[in-house]
Amino acid sequence: MESYTINDLNATAREIRKEIIKMVYSAKSGHPGGSLSIADVITALYFKEMNIDPEKPDKPDRDILIMSKGHASPAEYAALALRGYFPVELLEGFRKVNSKLEGHVHRGIPGVESSTGSLGQGLGVAIGFALSSKLDSKTNKIYAILGDGEMEEGNIWESLMAASKYHLGNLTAILDRNMIQLDGFTEDIMPLGNVAEKVAPFGWEVITINGNNMDEVVNALEYAKKPRDRPLFIVANTIKGKGVSYMENNPKYHGSPPANEEEYVQALKEIEGSQ
Amino acid sequence: MEKMDRMESLRDAYGKELASLGEKNKDIVVLDADLSSSTKTGVFGKKFPERFFNMGISEQSMVSAAAGLSLAGKTVFASTFAVFLSNTYNVIRQSICYNEAPVNFVVTHSGISLGEDGPTHQILEDVGIMSGLPNMKVIVPVDSIETVSVIDYLAARKTSPYYVRLTREKFPVLNDENYEFKEGKSVTFRDGSDVTIMGYGIMVSFALKAAEQLKNRGIDARVINMSSIKPLDRPAIIKAARETGKIVTAEEHSIYNGLGSRVAEVTSEEYPVPVMRIGMPDIFGKSGKGMELFDYFHIGVNDIVEKTDRFFKGDFK
Repeated sequence: MESYTINDLNATAREIRKEIIKMVYSAKSGHPGGSLSIADVITALYFKEMNIDPEKPDKPDRDILIMSKGHASPAEYAALALRGYFPVELLEGFRKVNSKLEGHVHRGIPGVESSTGSLGQGLGVAIGFALSSKLDSKTNKIYAILGDGEMEEGNIWESLMAASKYHLGNLTAILDRNMIQLDGFTEDIMPLGNVAEKVAPFGWEVITINGNNMDEVVNALEYAKKPRDRPLFIVANTIKGKGVSYMENNPKYHGSPPANEEEYVQALKEIEGSQ
Repeated sequence: MEKMDRMESLRDAYGKELASLGEKNKDIVVLDADLSSSTKTGVFGKKFPERFFNMGISEQSMVSAAAGLSLAGKTVFASTFAVFLSNTYNVIRQSICYNEAPVNFVVTHSGISLGEDGPTHQILEDVGIMSGLPNMKVIVPVDSIETVSVIDYLAARKTSPYYVRLTREKFPVLNDENYEFKEGKSVTFRDGSDVTIMGYGIMVSFALKAAEQLKNRGIDARVINMSSIKPLDRPAIIKAARETGKIVTAEEHSIYNGLGSRVAEVTSEEYPVPVMRIGMPDIFGKSGKGMELFDYFHIGVNDIVEKTDRFFKGDFK
């Protein structure tokens, strides 16, 4: 997988985006906006950066990813399926009663390390994994993907302090900074402002990238692998609903699927045609 | 009964045992939230600083990190005061119970026996809160000896999360040194045929004293320690219902959603008999000396005697 070029990764991200649209349209529910915004980061992690093996999901030296924004389950499930953890056909079961693909990220699925969905908890869970690895002198990396609405949870700030205290250089948090949460724009609901300037004084190293530019994503994740004695926080500026014009920057599509067949076909067509 | 004169701290026993287990089991890690000198996890922390994580007054991140540590394979103990752990109900629900993360929560300073710190700190709902969570198991040790046995039991397994409820006060020692805790099993401390008093924690000692007085009134009371609240010893409840016909429950907890509620559920389903619940009615506690509060709220030894006497004679109110 490490041989994946940027073009390959972009092609895979398009596949993931298409699966996201198919899943939420088939389920007539789910969260496309924040799944599309994080699709590039997810692709880079699962298809290039992380030391993982779909044949051995529990191998002891694997890297760990906690999808703290558990409503981005379509992105996570699509990446796992395309990476080979389970057949892509099973994605059709998303949010349906006879499927394991629960509405929010569910630990019973191969490759999923922790169930998430109630926001604010994933960073702390990742800290637990990072502390354990450190105690055992393991060299694996721990990643947590956070939403920017999620930054309003107190547990996140508790955990930012804790990761710094314990010098968790093996921990990387990636913030999907798409500026939108369920009720509207983050800066209207509860202004987060310049998040880099807020997180850095907590003792984290902070870098900011365009989270929808595969070059920048891959460079940042390569940088994250360098040895350090404090945690790394990547502010990934993204576009909510990225890849589907009518979903982009539209709070409505935080938690709504394409409204009809026309929107559905248009979404798939636009993703297919994007570069 | 002389035994009951020996008073020992459950949290001291916990701290000491944890530190001793840490010697043998290098997989044990311990978390606390700025109360390690009170919960006694500090004993472990001083001995094994690299495996002790003081998360500060941040219970949510403590519980989240405990989940991660246990999913990564560690044997995890996490402690704070019972009332503060309940800050994190939804973290326990999702990251611990739904995740099937086998974290051992050992909380102290529960109930009114906490005393002077008052109602803000005297949690009386936690047994109900924790029992309602799928995968969670709930244990309330009766004395220091049972506390040690429970901690040994939990340290040797990583199967599910546990909630172990301890207290601030010293409690009478009721068990022999060779006692071994068995999950889902109750312990009959005193046999009797007229009525059964089932309790946990300090209320078992009170019930034993009450049973002595009831004997003088011609009432032969069975006293059972129900320290394993979830899973519950249903056969012991059904047996008591069948053999004594009446059951009194006694707990340092709200009468809602505690042992009384569970016993009433079991008897209703399996062998209906009158059940009287002794515990805190739907109210908060208050400041005062721990032990005097039991009399203040009418759940002390004399109250158990009078209420059980009336109950036995058919006054079910």
